[in-house]
Amino acid sequence: MKVPVRITVNGRLFEREVEPRLLLVHFIRVFAELTGTKVGCDTSQCGSCTVLIDGVSAKSCTTLAVQADGANVTTIEGLADGEKLHALQESFWNKHGLQCGFCTPGMILASHELLRTNASPSDDEIRHGLEGNICRCTGYQNIVRAVKDAAEATAAADK
Amino acid sequence: MFAADFEYYRAGSVAEAGQLLAAHPGAKLLAGGHSLIPLLKLRLAAPAAVIDIGRIAELRGISTDGDGLRIGALTTHAEIAASDTVKEHAAALAEAASQIGDPAVRNRGTIGGNLAHADPASDLPTVLAALGATMTVKGSGGERTIDAADFFTGMMATSLGDNDLLTAIRVPSAAGRGNAYVKFSHPASRYAVIGVAASIGIGTTGGGWMAKIKGEPKETVCTDVAVAIGGLVPKPLRCSAVEAALKDQAPSEPAFAAAAAAVSGDLGDDLLGDVFASGDYRKAVASVYVQRAIEAAAGRVG
Repeated sequence: MKVPVRITVNGRLFEREVEPRLLLVHFIRVFAELTGTKVGCDTSQCGSCTVLIDGVSAKSCTTLAVQADGANVTTIEGLADGEKLHALQESFWNKHGLQCGFCTPGMILASHELLRTNASPSDDEIRHGLEGNICRCTGYQNIVRAVKDAAEATAAADK
Repeated sequence: MFAADFEYYRAGSVAEAGQLLAAHPGAKLLAGGHSLIPLLKLRLAAPAAVIDIGRIAELRGISTDGDGLRIGALTTHAEIAASDTVKEHAAALAEAASQIGDPAVRNRGTIGGNLAHADPASDLPTVLAALGATMTVKGSGGERTIDAADFFTGMMATSLGDNDLLTAIRVPSAAGRGNAYVKFSHPASRYAVIGVAASIGIGTTGGGWMAKIKGEPKETVCTDVAVAIGGLVPKPLRCSAVEAALKDQAPSEPAFAAAAAAVSGDLGDDLLGDVFASGDYRKAVASVYVQRAIEAAAGRVG
């Protein structure tokens, strides 16, 4: 059995016939050919597969593509505005918020969710907000600094 | 990981979901998918058909209903955690929902899916057992309600039948009583190694006929004590020994400690354990979490 789905990824519509068991993360990586979204633990614990579905964070390894039928999905490739990096991307770069980089797309989208719900989080709130994302290089200190920096930069830009 | 192949149907209404369930025996219902999809991927479940109820608008939302809350089965953990209505009437439920998994999991996971899955390490069943919630279920014979105490029948087992759809959860208002949920969560999965929910009222007692004759003053005591524990038992357990030990006692640290110690009588010796935390360990730690829960609940009365 194949099911037709229409999923918009980073503003581009993909209409495909998929097996219902296809995970959203594989739709993104195979059909949309965007490999920034990673499969890490594959058990919804590590957060490497985090994307936004209609602006809200979700683990795409624990979401079927058919569940995202009709939705707007944003991946790490869709955050920048042309050549201009998103504030979070800029801050992760400036504050060395990554080492190997595997967890970074998920970290940035989980941080996006945190700042959507809390524009100026404390260090503690950042750590709680990112508890669903694991960095196996253990680079958490700089990740927290990066999120804080992005929040401050966004607040300054809004003034 | 890939699930075994299945047929996929999307229900537009509760009535249509019922028809699809009747037409596809053994089908699994898909809400947010955060319990079912991991099972499908591990092939612990391999249903021939999956019925997606995730878009049924009538199953979503939080409202007040008579003397309590009505929470639609598709309401997400994030919605429950953020709801001022839930915080007012059942603070422990919002507190538990805010501690499930992580933000992305809470955005997708639903209360109905969580309850139907009935994982012993889950948080919401424990809270609903303490608050005396009832489940509204639509089956082939119409609608009925099931008390939380009868809903959970064992590890990952409920009294839901093959053609049943859990549509809503009703929670009697605990406003006026204090209630709280505390847990010791597994550091990676955030599932409850131990979770305790408590609901406590504080009132006065005349102190009995002798006190009346002597003209002794009324005493402030704990009333309406309800405590439930999860994470180390196959299904949420009401702690009747703890409840009896605390009822009619003046709220004080020694009374809370004595009541919490009584949990060993409620638990018995046949407890869940794993490589992370043995049953013996969980039992040893349980009284600490019971005490924290009843202290937190008593501290919120008013």
